[in-house]
Amino acid sequence: MPTTLPERPLLEVRGLTKSFAGLRALDGVDFTLRAGEIHALLGENGAGKSTLIKVVTGVLSRDAGTVALDGRAIAPRTAGQAAEAGIATVYQEVNLLPNLSVAQNLFLGREPTRFGIVRGGAMRRRAREILKDFGLAIDVAAPLGEYSVAVQHIIAIARAVDLSARVLILDEPTASLDAHEVEVLFAVMRRLASRGIGIVFVTHFLDQVYTICDRITVLRNGRLVGERETASLPRLDLVTMMLGRELSEATHERSHAALDGGSAAYASFTGFGKAAYVAPFDLALHRGEVVGLAGLLGSGRTETARLLFGAERADHGSASVNGRPVRLGSPRDAIRLGFGYCPEERKTDGIVAELTVRENIVLALQARRGFLRPLSRRRQDEIAGRFIRLLDIRPADPERPIGLLSGGNQQKALLARWLATEPELLILDEPTRGIDVGAHAEIIRLIRQLCADGLALLVVSSELDEIVAYADRVVVLRDRAHVATLEGEAVSETAILSAIAATDAVAGRHAA
Amino acid sequence: MALRLPRAGTPQILAFLAILAVNWVVSPQFFDTRFQDGRLFGSLVDVFNRGAPVALLSIGMALVIATRGIDLSVGAVMAICGAVAASLADSHPLPVALGAALGAGLLCGLWNGLLVAVLGIQPIVATLILMVAGRGIAQLITEGRIVTFSDPGLAWFGGGSVLGVPAAVAVVFGMLLLTVALVRGTALGLMIEATGGNARASALAGVGTRAMTLAVYIWCGLCASLAGIVAAADIRGADANNAGLWLELDAVLAVVIGGASLFGGRFSLGLAVLGALIIQAMNTGILLSGFPPEFNLIVKAVVVLAVLLVQSPALVGILPSRQWGRSWRRR
Repeated sequence: MPTTLPERPLLEVRGLTKSFAGLRALDGVDFTLRAGEIHALLGENGAGKSTLIKVVTGVLSRDAGTVALDGRAIAPRTAGQAAEAGIATVYQEVNLLPNLSVAQNLFLGREPTRFGIVRGGAMRRRAREILKDFGLAIDVAAPLGEYSVAVQHIIAIARAVDLSARVLILDEPTASLDAHEVEVLFAVMRRLASRGIGIVFVTHFLDQVYTICDRITVLRNGRLVGERETASLPRLDLVTMMLGRELSEATHERSHAALDGGSAAYASFTGFGKAAYVAPFDLALHRGEVVGLAGLLGSGRTETARLLFGAERADHGSASVNGRPVRLGSPRDAIRLGFGYCPEERKTDGIVAELTVRENIVLALQARRGFLRPLSRRRQDEIAGRFIRLLDIRPADPERPIGLLSGGNQQKALLARWLATEPELLILDEPTRGIDVGAHAEIIRLIRQLCADGLALLVVSSELDEIVAYADRVVVLRDRAHVATLEGEAVSETAILSAIAATDAVAGRHAA
Repeated sequence: MALRLPRAGTPQILAFLAILAVNWVVSPQFFDTRFQDGRLFGSLVDVFNRGAPVALLSIGMALVIATRGIDLSVGAVMAICGAVAASLADSHPLPVALGAALGAGLLCGLWNGLLVAVLGIQPIVATLILMVAGRGIAQLITEGRIVTFSDPGLAWFGGGSVLGVPAAVAVVFGMLLLTVALVRGTALGLMIEATGGNARASALAGVGTRAMTLAVYIWCGLCASLAGIVAAADIRGADANNAGLWLELDAVLAVVIGGASLFGGRFSLGLAVLGALIIQAMNTGILLSGFPPEFNLIVKAVVVLAVLLVQSPALVGILPSRQWGRSWRRR
């Protein structure tokens, strides 16, 4: 950590603006990076972090604003030009070649040569020296792919920094690392910062922000929310900055009372989890109850949903349905048990775009029946017609390819897909994401109604006011672990925010 | 573009009729058909008869392409199965020879399917293995010679007839009916289209995407073995070097002419077979016209180019009315 701050910032971004098709992705954003500091860039989905990085590194052009490095205005057109100017970027997915050796990767495109022939020996010697600087003593002649993701990350950083970088941008480098690997990476980051390199650290893990970052810049909806010293910013304030909610805001009116906890659980999960995915958790789901999963982006909400549905196989713990132990090895297992799952990514995980609305609606039911018991065309028409009317899917044409429908109507068709299977547990991941206000209210109304019909519901949502409105119980996640459960009267936006922001010491059961 | 309904098939039917008309112009006796020895003969009948192997291949290929795959080994599988059938025909009863050939085709399909569905190898690479190795296997079976046979049972597939229709054409028709019944009579068709359209989403909806992928490659192997039997019966022998040579490309072309996209999804078996007939009609037309057969390849290439241009996203983007087809196709 620098003791004396230099007069002039290392990287200075002023009034950066970028629009996509009329939509402001960045709106007059300022960002200041000092030499030798580790600076967290935080924000929820769509806050503008990636756009900011891409504009600064020349991957995207900018509409307005200035970027200055060491007081000199720069305008790189490509990532290569940005690297030459001294801004290096390492993305979450390592962009190196796993089949080449470590040394070859380090020197790719700038191999030491003599008379046009690569000097393999010199290259390997130099590679060993560089990596020793990073605390890595590995065989540089071995293929990169043989090393762990953490080591590959460090090699990617070493390559980026060795290109005479002054600024290093790390875009979610820790997302796929375990706790020990994160420590190794942090050691490297500290070492680089002490050499005067300014590091921009993008992450979703707040604990990591407080462990390593000197300052924090928060973006929301393309605008700068604020820049703070980490030491003087309480977690609760940070979470409030990120989610944009005033804690004084009146608690959303709740329309129903909490269930009595006495009834037997429909499905229960004990010590359920997967290493480097979601820490083991206990969860019981009751019929007629809505359980909300709250937390910041990347906190393990979707991961939990995928584990419960068998889309990802748990390596810890056990699951039981109606008191009988069950195996959840695949979505097919889960569907057979009466589970349904509407994923967050409608386009990639939900719809089959070129099939019709009718075919999309009957797909899960048909898959459960098996191919030898086809639903007759009449049955299909009847099912599709019923749900199109029930959910008011527009246009009301079952033969239209679903890819042509609006997001809200696609979402309703996906709901119909699962309702057609007459599920007992429905998992909805961000059911209102990207949906206009009208459809929004309708989907919330549906959730309430389904629950009244005796369905067990698990809803993942970033919209705290929504969760508070429909959930009987809220499970709060932080850093890939279930950290708190709020029940009945205790469910409020304020309580959820404090649970998200709480440090481990305070975390625990928040039954008020 | 991608959302067009291939089942309509009007362009393919028009193209087929147009090519037939051109053939009639270059060779006025094109439509002359006579009935002789209980069988139909004539240039038009020839189009169907000669087109039979590619038509058989295109049935299996249509299913494979629907799952976003491709099977480059079908030509080699034809050679293997033809060699098996020819080597066993004179020494074993017909059912044994046929069963062994069909079994070999199923095994080849299973191999491809395992590589693609279980090991997750890219289809073009996975099937390239058998495309190269298959011809070697066929040569081992024939011991490097052209194996001829005289068994009339097997020869029937080349020269026989059913109600006046050449046996090869009847086999195509039977296989087409059987396959259509299998995929459209059950929910297999929907699941294959769902798998090809979006495998991730389909798996989350409970579709056994792996089993679907495995099944289509196995069926493709079976179709290839039938094609191999027909081709061997036609020349009453098995030529490991030339049987089915390059026919995998004709089969892919037939499926694409039939309106399917190599990105998977919607498929039509009938139009794939029609695509094979269009290709054969062009071949026959060029032979009849007296042009050197080399033109054949160039004409075929022009047709490929035309089909690809019609499917090209860049070209689709230029046509404003179809722009929606692009936006979600990107991924």
